[in-house]
Amino acid sequence: MAEIAIKGVAKRFGGFTALHQVNLAIADQEFMVLLGASGCGKTTLLRIVAGLETPSQGEVWIGGRRVDHLPPRERGIAMVFQNYAVFPHLTVFENIAFGLRMKKLPQADVERRVNRTAELMHIEQLLKRYSGQLSGGQRQRVAVARALAMEPDVILMDEPLSNLDALLRLEMRAELKGVLAASKTTTIYVTHDQVEAMSLADRIAVMHQGRIVQAASPVEVYRNPAARFVGSFIGNPPMNFIPATKAGNGSWSVAGLTLPGPKSDKQKIEFAIRPEDVDAGSEGLHATVRVIEPLGPHTLVTCDVEGGLFRAILESNASVKVGEQLRLAPKPDRVRWFDPETTNAL
Amino acid sequence: MHGKALPYLLLMPATLFLCVFFLYPFVLVAFEALTRDGAFTLDNFRAMAGSWKFPVTVRNTLLLAAIVVPIQLVMALLMASVVSRLETGRSAALYIFAIPLGISDLAAGLIWLAIFDQSGFLNTLLAHLGVVDRPIMFLGYQSKLTIFIAVALAEIWRATAIMMVILVAGMGLIPKEYYEAAEVFGAGPWKRFVRITLPLLRPSLQTAIILRVILAFEVFAVVAALGGTNLPVLMGETYNWQFTLQDRNVAAASALLILAISIGFTLFFLRVLRVPKEARI
Ligand SMILES: Nc1ncnc2c1ncn2[C@@H]1O[C@H](COP(=O)(O)OP(=O)(O)OP(=O)(O)O)[C@@H](O)[C@H]1O
Ligand SMILES: [Mg+2]
Repeated sequence: MAEIAIKGVAKRFGGFTALHQVNLAIADQEFMVLLGASGCGKTTLLRIVAGLETPSQGEVWIGGRRVDHLPPRERGIAMVFQNYAVFPHLTVFENIAFGLRMKKLPQADVERRVNRTAELMHIEQLLKRYSGQLSGGQRQRVAVARALAMEPDVILMDEPLSNLDALLRLEMRAELKGVLAASKTTTIYVTHDQVEAMSLADRIAVMHQGRIVQAASPVEVYRNPAARFVGSFIGNPPMNFIPATKAGNGSWSVAGLTLPGPKSDKQKIEFAIRPEDVDAGSEGLHATVRVIEPLGPHTLVTCDVEGGLFRAILESNASVKVGEQLRLAPKPDRVRWFDPETTNAL
Repeated sequence: MHGKALPYLLLMPATLFLCVFFLYPFVLVAFEALTRDGAFTLDNFRAMAGSWKFPVTVRNTLLLAAIVVPIQLVMALLMASVVSRLETGRSAALYIFAIPLGISDLAAGLIWLAIFDQSGFLNTLLAHLGVVDRPIMFLGYQSKLTIFIAVALAEIWRATAIMMVILVAGMGLIPKEYYEAAEVFGAGPWKRFVRITLPLLRPSLQTAIILRVILAFEVFAVVAALGGTNLPVLMGETYNWQFTLQDRNVAAASALLILAISIGFTLFFLRVLRVPKEARI
């Protein structure tokens, strides 16, 4: 049982606050992905859980034990470092075996585990090499293998696949998911690749400027962003936002369209819709086509709506031309609303 | 072509300097060691080795090196670890530890003489504490062991800092991430020292040990100050042949022997502490 609880954790570096009051509960054997832009504090949070950084405030619990005063080696974790930290003076074999040797496992067990994880990460032919003789991607896989070989209760991975080519990454992603699901490991996985996050996570915690903005299942995060940032960060292309003005109690006027929406005292709120959730037709938002990008299965159309950019993903057989006036009808159940002041969902 | 030649070109002045002021005198000394009255001979080496003092000097020198250098190595590693871990005041600590470096070996010998002398600090202190009634002759000709200990102490005090400075610099080159990884994967402080610091410090250890071993075979002034002729060492004997016995040829032979021993140990440590190219940081 290795559930993780991060309670009110804050981290300040001098005058700079890297983490503000982070709260996150991760269930036993859950696969939690930390997703966020560069510099939002993902690594810092992971290092606090690992014990490599002390929180300025707050508590960290692993498996019902408060661990924030314990050294990393007493926390029952293994970690893949963002910069790999593969020991240069040891061969790949000894790197992967490092933690097992510290645990004083019998040589036969060490060999079995090293060979198995090396095979999993497709580095079995590199076992005799030194770190200096490896490519970045190979080194990264050694770092992952070293963590997996520990068979820990908790595994922390900081962008473990960032340096692999697209194909290998896809393959490794599937391997990782399989292995970690089969072992009873609780995982915190840092990435800024949202596709990776979506495909791996039980839950995604979206981070923004040192805060967790939303922690929910991938579908929930995608469909029901808790804040404007989540909608604008997740999805490629991201969500569209259009200002909406009050047209009555619970109805709002958006780009020439009157839509039912939340009841609110505010005069102005924001309407939001994902690019794939509109249909071109005779009714809908007034849009002027600016750019057309055929993507194969779909066509990405960038338009002007109320003087702002609006992206729509349309059927590829839709015949649209640049400069054309379109009417884009939002699917009613996919419309979302945001408070422009707090940026939270309404 | 031009790019490759440049480093060698830049090394030229230093190389020339070495040739003129080192290689040339060295050839002269070697020539002197191997000749007598213009004829090639090994008599000088025979004379050196035949002296009754020779086995004693060799034994003393080797023994001194064998005891002083390992102690210094351990102390320097310890001090360097402490200094490297300091968050503040690191340079201050480094300067304080390095003070003995600024003192010449003769001065160092004299300082320790002032401590161990019949009317020195130690005797005064012991008398004040009532431990002894009469001053003890620590450095008399019968107390070879205390002389040896005093010399070893003075050498340790004087030349540990040079090793420490080299090791501190070397430790600074080891990226922090390796310690973090080792810690996450279960290594406590001692294991981290043995499994990370020591192997990654090998290039600096090599430099420090070689430098120190060479200095140990050249020990002279400290021994002269504390032991006079009671603790003959190789360098002292070379001096003796040159100035007391006025035999330049044997002195040259003796100097060559010291050089040979130094080169031998240097090669040994270069080999033992070699880091394979692919395993460097
Ligand atoms: N030791 C430190 N001292 C000062 N500031 C730091 C330190 N470590 C991190 N920071 C700052 O804290 C913020 C968060 O850093 P962190 O490394 O956690 O980002 P990240 O989300 O992992 O980014 P990336 O995706 O680029 O790895 C950054 O603005 C960074 O500059
Ligand atoms: Mg990071």
